[in-house]
Amino acid sequence: MPASSARGDPAGFTVPTGCAMASPKGKSQEERAGPHAMSTIVQFENVGLRYGLDSETLSDVSFSLRGGGFYFLTGASGAGKTSLLKLLYLAQRPSRGVIRLFNEDVVTLPRKRLPGFRRRIGVVFQDFRLVPHLSTYDNIALPLRVAGMEEAEIEAPVAEMLNWVGLADRAEARPATLSGGEQQRVAIARAVIGRPEILVADEPTGNVDADMARRLMSLFEALNRLGTTIVVATHDLPLIAQVDGAQMMRLDKGRLADPTGSLRYPPRGPGAA
Amino acid sequence: MTARDVASRRMGATAAAARNRLLPEGRVAGPMPWVIAIMMFLTVLAAAAGLGLGAGVRSMGADLAGRATVQVVTADAQARDRMAARAVRALRAIGEVRSVKLVDPRTLADQLRPWLGEEAASVDLPVPALIDVELRPGSSPAQIDARVAALRRAMAAIDGAIRVEPHAAFLQPLAGLLSALGWLAAALVALMAVATAAVVVLAARAALDGHRGTIDVLHLMGATDVQIARLFQRRIALDALLGGVAGFCAALLVILALGSRLEATGSDLVRAIGLPWAAWGLLLLLPVGGVLLAVAAARLTILRALARSL
Repeated sequence: MPASSARGDPAGFTVPTGCAMASPKGKSQEERAGPHAMSTIVQFENVGLRYGLDSETLSDVSFSLRGGGFYFLTGASGAGKTSLLKLLYLAQRPSRGVIRLFNEDVVTLPRKRLPGFRRRIGVVFQDFRLVPHLSTYDNIALPLRVAGMEEAEIEAPVAEMLNWVGLADRAEARPATLSGGEQQRVAIARAVIGRPEILVADEPTGNVDADMARRLMSLFEALNRLGTTIVVATHDLPLIAQVDGAQMMRLDKGRLADPTGSLRYPPRGPGAA
Repeated sequence: MTARDVASRRMGATAAAARNRLLPEGRVAGPMPWVIAIMMFLTVLAAAAGLGLGAGVRSMGADLAGRATVQVVTADAQARDRMAARAVRALRAIGEVRSVKLVDPRTLADQLRPWLGEEAASVDLPVPALIDVELRPGSSPAQIDARVAALRRAMAAIDGAIRVEPHAAFLQPLAGLLSALGWLAAALVALMAVATAAVVVLAARAALDGHRGTIDVLHLMGATDVQIARLFQRRIALDALLGGVAGFCAALLVILALGSRLEATGSDLVRAIGLPWAAWGLLLLLPVGGVLLAVAAARLTILRALARSL
């Protein structure tokens, strides 16, 4: 990617311009965010989730997310963050309640229609879930291959993503030979290469040092500026404070801490709750 | 190496080849090709036996249906010869008879000599005169029965002591046995097919469990069940093809060896058990059928298993 075509980023990441991640310069955030900008893209209504016969992991969760927004989901370990994200990226169906994604009720959605919705959501898993026998290149290319794109169409976006996450020289490396931070970047590149409308990241900074965490968050902000709705689960409050304009939901023992479900701007400063 | 270099190096790679890499290289389940090879070996042998016996029964049936032996049983040798000559003339006059051959008494004596000794050629020994009769081909058992009945009437008109023995009467039990063995072989082929499908189902389930992590990731990226099933189908098809060809080749060697042994017996009855060209064609289809069966079993297994997940 030519340097001149990249948009600078304070943390050192640049936003690629030529492919799936093209940056529509000169447009407002609403325009950049696409058809769902500022409209409700995710809606949970009285959602409950129970595993087997255990008590509910999530109870009466209700909230709405607007397209193009940047959201943090926080709470103590075991509060239900990962469970809520699983509902969001359609790895789980709720035990009760209604979930609407892109204005469609996905709880009652026929199973055969789920793939189409999943392709609109990028996921960065807490444990990365890179496919161990695939190279960095192939891991990043995975969503495009799943979408049925031809190799000729895949090469340029993947090459650009490799450059974007600074792993061009590790394109042939297997995940086991990558450091935690490199794996994290591969997972992010894989999550965003298909230009999802929603990016869900579960504790994306849990395995990296503070500097890498800051860089990754800047990367998410860059994506958000392109219109992708970002949902990040983390209990790292200082990290949340770095993102201007982001909103926060706090889970406490499976319930949203604010029973009205309204979202709050994150507090400023480390340690604030 | 830059990302562009990597991309360039991959130029020419097909989308299918790339998608095939989504599962680790190697076989789906280690012993599956060997199990399929053994199944195919036994299936081909059973099918060959069934087809060979079927051909034998058909050949025997054709012979049996069209042949009869007329026995002229009279103690007086001169009267027997006269009666046999009359019988031959009468038989030749019947339109349903294709050929008539009076068996040479010396031939009969030669055949009896191992049991009766040199006295077999004695004129004092009342050996019946035998006449081989070949009927015109008939299309149904009822027609054959009618022709045999016509022979009996004609012979009865000459002398009531003349007996007409259709060959079908004394070879029918053997033909029935061969036919039963043929059906048994067909049942074995069907059982082998079921067992092969069961092996594939187990292998597919094991493969699915072994790659559960990758499959979950593919699912969450929007892969459809059919896309995932195709990955396994291809692997299982390759395993089945490998095992099928190996099993078929081994069975082919056995069939050829057995065929040469059958030929060596010199018995028309045994040599009737042979494989016509159409039967070879059917045998060749077995490995193809095995692969198709394996692919279908794998696809159904994978799709049903995936349908239980979200």
